[in-house]
Amino acid sequence: MCSLALFPPLTSGQTTLCESNNELLSGSTNTEDPLKQDLIPLSLNFPRESLKLHSRTESSSKAAFLDHSETLWMRSAAAWRDGGLSGLLNEITTSHAEVPKWLSVTSGCILALLRWASSFHGSLFPHVTLSSEDMIAEFSQVLNWPDCVVRAFAWHPHTDKFAVALLDDSIKIYNPKSAITPTLKHRLQKNIAAVQWKPLCASALAVACQNCLLVWHVDPCSLSTRPSSGCAQVLSRPGHSPITSIAWSPSGSLLLSASPMDTAMMVWDVAAESCVPLQRVGGGGVTFLSWSPDGSHVLASTPSALFRVWETRMWTCERWPCIKGRCQSGCWSPDGSRLLFTVQGEMVIYALTFTGTPGLPTSSIKGPQAAVVVADLSETTFKTPDGDIIVGGEIQSVSWDPRGERLAVLLKGDPQAANRPAVIAVFKTRASPIFELLPSGFVQGEPGTEPRLMQFHPNFRHGALLTVCWSSGRITHVPFYFLSSSLPHVGLSGSPPLPHPQERHADFSSQLFTELIS
Amino acid sequence: MMFSTETSCWFIRKVICWRATASIAWSVLLLPPTTAVFVILSRFSLFHPFQTISECLSLLMSASSVFSLILLGGVIIMAGFLTLEYYTVIPTIACSKIALLGQLLHPRQFINSLAHCLMGIIVGWCCAITIGCRYEMLGYPCKNSDGYPQMCVNEYHLIILLAGAFVGFSHSLLGVIHNINYISFQTVQQYKYFRFKGSLPLVVMCSATQAFYSIKNYVVLYFFLGYIPRAWICKTLNLHLDSSIHPLDSIAGLLDLSLLYHLWISATFLLFTWYITLLLFRIFVTEVYTFPVQSSFTEDSHQCLPKVITEKQPMILKFLALQDLALLSQHSPSRRSEVFSLSQPGGHPHNWNAISKECLALLADLTQRLVAYHETVATNGRAKTLSNGSERKISSETSSTEDMMSPRPTFLMKTPTSVFARSVGRSSQSPLTIPFTPDLDSPFASPALRRLAAAPEQGSPWHGSVQSPHVMRKAPKLWSTSTADSLFNGSPEPTPASVPSPKKEATKPSFLVQFLQNRKEQLPEASSQALFADSQAHIWALEGLSYLVQASFTEDQFGVVQTTLPSILSSMLLLQEAVDRHFKLPHASSKPVRSTSTMGDSTYKTLRFALRATLKTALYRITTTFGDHLKAVEMSAEHRKRLQQFLEYKE
Repeated sequence: MCSLALFPPLTSGQTTLCESNNELLSGSTNTEDPLKQDLIPLSLNFPRESLKLHSRTESSSKAAFLDHSETLWMRSAAAWRDGGLSGLLNEITTSHAEVPKWLSVTSGCILALLRWASSFHGSLFPHVTLSSEDMIAEFSQVLNWPDCVVRAFAWHPHTDKFAVALLDDSIKIYNPKSAITPTLKHRLQKNIAAVQWKPLCASALAVACQNCLLVWHVDPCSLSTRPSSGCAQVLSRPGHSPITSIAWSPSGSLLLSASPMDTAMMVWDVAAESCVPLQRVGGGGVTFLSWSPDGSHVLASTPSALFRVWETRMWTCERWPCIKGRCQSGCWSPDGSRLLFTVQGEMVIYALTFTGTPGLPTSSIKGPQAAVVVADLSETTFKTPDGDIIVGGEIQSVSWDPRGERLAVLLKGDPQAANRPAVIAVFKTRASPIFELLPSGFVQGEPGTEPRLMQFHPNFRHGALLTVCWSSGRITHVPFYFLSSSLPHVGLSGSPPLPHPQERHADFSSQLFTELIS
Repeated sequence: MMFSTETSCWFIRKVICWRATASIAWSVLLLPPTTAVFVILSRFSLFHPFQTISECLSLLMSASSVFSLILLGGVIIMAGFLTLEYYTVIPTIACSKIALLGQLLHPRQFINSLAHCLMGIIVGWCCAITIGCRYEMLGYPCKNSDGYPQMCVNEYHLIILLAGAFVGFSHSLLGVIHNINYISFQTVQQYKYFRFKGSLPLVVMCSATQAFYSIKNYVVLYFFLGYIPRAWICKTLNLHLDSSIHPLDSIAGLLDLSLLYHLWISATFLLFTWYITLLLFRIFVTEVYTFPVQSSFTEDSHQCLPKVITEKQPMILKFLALQDLALLSQHSPSRRSEVFSLSQPGGHPHNWNAISKECLALLADLTQRLVAYHETVATNGRAKTLSNGSERKISSETSSTEDMMSPRPTFLMKTPTSVFARSVGRSSQSPLTIPFTPDLDSPFASPALRRLAAAPEQGSPWHGSVQSPHVMRKAPKLWSTSTADSLFNGSPEPTPASVPSPKKEATKPSFLVQFLQNRKEQLPEASSQALFADSQAHIWALEGLSYLVQASFTEDQFGVVQTTLPSILSSMLLLQEAVDRHFKLPHASSKPVRSTSTMGDSTYKTLRFALRATLKTALYRITTTFGDHLKAVEMSAEHRKRLQQFLEYKE
């Protein structure tokens, strides 16, 4: 089993640039270097000051108007519209001077009963008492989501474009092949928790928002920088909000959405705008979804110490109760046979192995009997010139590169303690003869910045490319150059060209992901 | 032909009938718990909860309730049979208001409504017996003004019976409007129990809301017309009216909260049992049926997928076969390998050939239908109208309703499950290449479509003929100005026919004719829906083909797919072009309004969007799998250009 003690030591004050010859190279951070800025066209920076944030919430405009007494009917209608049944009951109870006594007493009783029931529900599932934003922050894969400038990030599964969701509820789409960066804004696009591109499609982007699910259709040939909100499909269902996680099926036909408030997860047929709820007893909601790359399984974690693995042929599920806490994050191996997941409150990575060929009837797929611990990420102290730095602890998210060779783990750290930063630990993974994780190194950003969000590029040809969004609002790409063991090596001599930064610079200077090594 | 009817008989007899029977059996089994809940809800009293429950228990054990349970079971079986008789996998979409009226007045529908009325009365009677108290008997002894004993009519009993009849009738009418007989297939496969469990809340909500609206209408109707059935009953059964109590068709009589509640709960119970029957039928019938890809026995060969998929006759068989194809291509490597295999003596890929040929024929059929439709509609999205359209005599009322649904899929008229044309193996009109109204003499057929169905005579420029005043009046409202111009500029090739004769101008169409013309006008979105009414089959064909082609990249040992790849790509690209053109029509991309609380399945309204998305995904699936290898595939320059767009992810 791998642990952090085996990792190469942290280098203080240096930014990780790339992996080459099996080791992570880092360089001094000199962001003012104009040459370097040119070479990394997709390293974006979103300074917090540049975003126009909503200074006021909409409800606060009420204070600017004079109080106007309306009739009871009007107020009741408004209360029904704004607050539903409990709002209406509350309105009737408070205006007891105008309504018959029996009505106000009855509604008061019903209201008390409702409150008692909801507090009971809240004691069973504490997360239902959270506000929408707190809930997204709690269950998001992004570290410290409320404070993040970049709230969500998604590479297109087939091309080199990506979407970035920002703190000001806008989404920008960057494409290296075009100078146009469309900005997507929509009235309902608030508190974006996740974005994902539809596979086998050039244009569709699903956005998980606070109250609904939006599916944008951004025409890649369009010259418009502000696609109208008519390009977005709004998918919503009462009770299914806030949405914290979405997952497209790898075949591009279905979209899953999950909300911690809704015990059912929704399977959307986006074109027909219809959905099928999949509901099972227990859990109290669904927080995180991950569809295996071969499309055969879906991981669905719940706010309580329980997660489910759905099989996608007949949509049956296996229950996996955890001992300590809820399943925080998870990722699948490229062939869909292995699931790595982490549990809140534990500092280890578990693995589940699904044997059996996908596609056979479900009865023949033998599920695993127990999860195995594959890595221990408990706290380890590294000595640096600046003092001791403690790395390790709870895990925010895990991500596996599409070839199954590198595993990136985002460690939470402790925001209060200066010497316990959040870092990304990268493992090499090996499937044969036995599955194991080998230490690779830490990915560090500029001094004073923390990683918030990470994602691997879905089809990087020279190895793996990890995109990291930092707390400063910067997005950088860290390439891992290696030759995949699973792919046949091209070339007559059989010896692969050694990954050498300078050479590569010459070769791929027109490419996107070149880093200059100082 | 003989062979095909035999096969269909096999499938209907062995599969569909058993599934229907199982669904009816389950709905009958669910009846006792439903009735128990109904009894508790109808007799519940807030102040004596325990007394109510003990009363309910004793009531449920009594002979009368057992008898009414048997009656209700009979009603359920009847409802199940009606569902089996009337179900359809391709919805009948009325393209104009008058066509909808025609559907509602059709004799077949009339029988359906009548049956539902009767069943409603029976359920109403059972409800009256179960609720008991003042509802129990139709007659009761009373004294007339002179003090003589006589039998009086119990209006409470009567009102529940009539409510049952009314709710049954309105259920059957609403069923036509909401296409309740249409059965859609799920995008997600689930076991029957989970599907049932997932749909149960919807059924409860639907029946409660539907019952509320029906009872609202019924109460209004009874207020105005309630005296007619009451007088009739009194007369036929020689009963009298009790003058000492208020008649119910008055405001005071109807504002009885307990009466209204009982009416509503009875109607909810009635609709719930029927909806459950319908739901179970839908779940059982649409369950996946696994056809063998090939069989080692020749006598079973007609049950194999390649054979079954080409069948036209029971539409449900074709749909289930296509569904199975889509699933096997996606999930089952072993069955895929059977599709790609070669025949043992001879070495021909018969399985693949039969399957791909049928799928391509389906796609080509849709393409042709779309092209033909696009040629008939004007740019404003409505069917072009001919001058003589408004002057047609609306004399023959007895026309086949076949043509009311225009335009229609080619095999819609052949399906036995379509509402009006149910006769297995009935010789249908010769398969039209043009999907529009075959019956040209019908007054309901739109003239433009009629012309399309007639052989296209190049000599007579029909667009040059004079436009009806109706169209002239409409012209400024059109979306596109160019059509308006062409209307007034006249025809580009003047012929004698195009000269407007003053006599024609003088004969203004009568009000009735104009009114009917208005109603007859195509609803643009409905015609677009009708065009894609059977597109679930095309969606499966596209999915099946694209997954098989994707799998062939690694699994096809003999290269059988390679030979068909050019035609698959070209037919998909042709369809893509036709679909793109269709969506440029103004009405085609407008989203239908979602109706949430009906049991009618509105999937057919969005099938065209689903087809468009599936088509694009299917093309991307092939281009992503094959990549640059596709450059070696022979195809026209235009298609190559289009394919390049897909390879570059620019579509």
